[in-house]
Amino acid sequence: MKIKKLTLRQKKAVSGLLFIAPWLVGFLVYYVNSIFLSIKFSLSKIDIAESGGYSATYIGLRNFKYALFEHADFNQIFVDSLVDILIDVPFIIFFSLFIAILLNTRFKGRSLVRLIFFIPILLGSGAIAEALDLATQNIQGGASAMFSDFTPPSGVNVDYILGVFLDLGLPLGLVDYIVDLVSRIYEIVRASSVQIIIFIAALQSISPELYEVSKIEGATAYETFWKITFPMVTPLILTNVVYTIIDKYVTSEVVNTAYDTAFTTYNYGLSSAMSVLSTIVMCLILTVVCVLISKKTFYYN
Amino acid sequence: MKIGIIDLIKFKTMEKDVLQNYISKFVNRLKSFLLSIFKFVIITGISFVILGPVISIFSNSFFSSTDVYNPSVFLIPLDPTIDTYRLAFMRLDYWNTLFNSFIYIAIITLLQILITSMAGYGFARFEFPFKNLLFGCVVVTIVLPAYTIMIPLYQHFRNWDVLYIFRIFTGEKLNLLQSTKPMYLMTLFGSGLRSGLYIYIFRQFFRGLPKEIEEAALIDGANTWYTYFRIMLVNAIPSVLTVTVFSMVWQYNDMFYSRLFSIPSSHNITFRLSTIQATIAFVDQVKDPLVSQLYVYAGVILVLLPILIMYLFLQRYFMEGLERSGIVG
Repeated sequence: MKIKKLTLRQKKAVSGLLFIAPWLVGFLVYYVNSIFLSIKFSLSKIDIAESGGYSATYIGLRNFKYALFEHADFNQIFVDSLVDILIDVPFIIFFSLFIAILLNTRFKGRSLVRLIFFIPILLGSGAIAEALDLATQNIQGGASAMFSDFTPPSGVNVDYILGVFLDLGLPLGLVDYIVDLVSRIYEIVRASSVQIIIFIAALQSISPELYEVSKIEGATAYETFWKITFPMVTPLILTNVVYTIIDKYVTSEVVNTAYDTAFTTYNYGLSSAMSVLSTIVMCLILTVVCVLISKKTFYYN
Repeated sequence: MKIGIIDLIKFKTMEKDVLQNYISKFVNRLKSFLLSIFKFVIITGISFVILGPVISIFSNSFFSSTDVYNPSVFLIPLDPTIDTYRLAFMRLDYWNTLFNSFIYIAIITLLQILITSMAGYGFARFEFPFKNLLFGCVVVTIVLPAYTIMIPLYQHFRNWDVLYIFRIFTGEKLNLLQSTKPMYLMTLFGSGLRSGLYIYIFRQFFRGLPKEIEEAALIDGANTWYTYFRIMLVNAIPSVLTVTVFSMVWQYNDMFYSRLFSIPSSHNITFRLSTIQATIAFVDQVKDPLVSQLYVYAGVILVLLPILIMYLFLQRYFMEGLERSGIVG
């Protein structure tokens, strides 16, 4: 029997598939399989056997109903987290773009400043934050005021300034929004460090000829920003928005609730229902945001 | 002497021009001065916001138990002590844990680079059926939070088996939890911590490299794998550095998978840090949270130090790499 020789095209296809093979196996085993199992769990009642196995009985949408209508506070946590995400994302994006533009200009000690701006990635996520959280929790009985006891007394009468702003006739909602953001400035800075890095990389990749041309043509800095810088970074605004939404979601209360439901009360079905529900909503939000932003994207590589 | 009236006008306009020139120069200089002050204030302010807690943690870690209750002590301890460090050092089992964690992180990072760069190269350079669909799946793994699939993953590694092989030989399934194996396995198959993102970075980078490199290699008789390992991967150093830093830092800080798979705390120093307060409360009978907090601060400094030093060494290459690597596309 003669083995049919592959054409160059087929050979290339085979080696391409070989290159992605490890990932493909992992994707099928860990992701596809798990997603189906997650959906199955969310539709059934799980009994955990002593050997570590489990048995699932189909109960329809009861888990979802329970999570939405009967669970003590899932409802509220869910909505609160969503609102938090929607409030924070625009601010984080503007803030990180602003900082990236500042850091991209030349000044003394730039590398030191860049080093400092990377520290929140080291400090802010995961275990170190958790240890600190736990430490302060024991004193204050609430984790939210994590670093507030470190901030030195400022001596500024905040209420007075607020009063001034309200007297100026600014709408109360706006003032509340700004005060809320300012009081969480550490959190915002912490949440925007990766975004700043991505924006810096984007700004670096804009070719300097564009700026040269616009300078020769007599454009002001303002025009240069809106006609060159901003359009050139819009694709990365999309990337950053997606990243921020996911990052915010992963650290939100909903996820904690789902985790606790699974591993402290061992209610796998309910926990899966919570995860599936919140993931679906998150995917919807992501799609809407992506469609809206990519419509406004001026330039796409 | 007679000066023509035209000369006079000329002279006057010239003077005006010079004056105007001078004014506009002055305004420009003032503008840039104000701008740099503004920049300075903003950057210093935000740096303070970032560094404030770190400085406070650092100084608080030297506090003794009397300093904590002394309201006049702020930042500079009256009675500095390194006892906190001694105890935190002991309870963290510092050198052993650090060594184990670094081995663990180094292996994971190497696997990440190898597997994700291979996948990225495959997606960037080869044509095969369903390529775009499969790449869409990579994007899905970036977007889909691991929380959605945590219970199936937990169950998968609790009752681990490959095609029922182990069941046939040993009669029962393997429990891989409480070890580092689940993380190694997931990383080996490209589903580790944020692997999707790294695949994306590598793919973007490889797409930007000229095709002529590979053509030349092919003509000189190199096969695909040789080309990849000896030529393409070497060219991708900026991306490799970016991924190295990201992978090390995120893996070092990872709590989610460590908790989910109950990775032993002797292999994960940051995980161990999160329990240090409880350990000290039980073993050393330091029940006062205000005092035992000091040990946590010392522990935080101890845990933060190695990764900060590593970042200091890598950061120049990291920033360069980031600018040249694929993130931007």
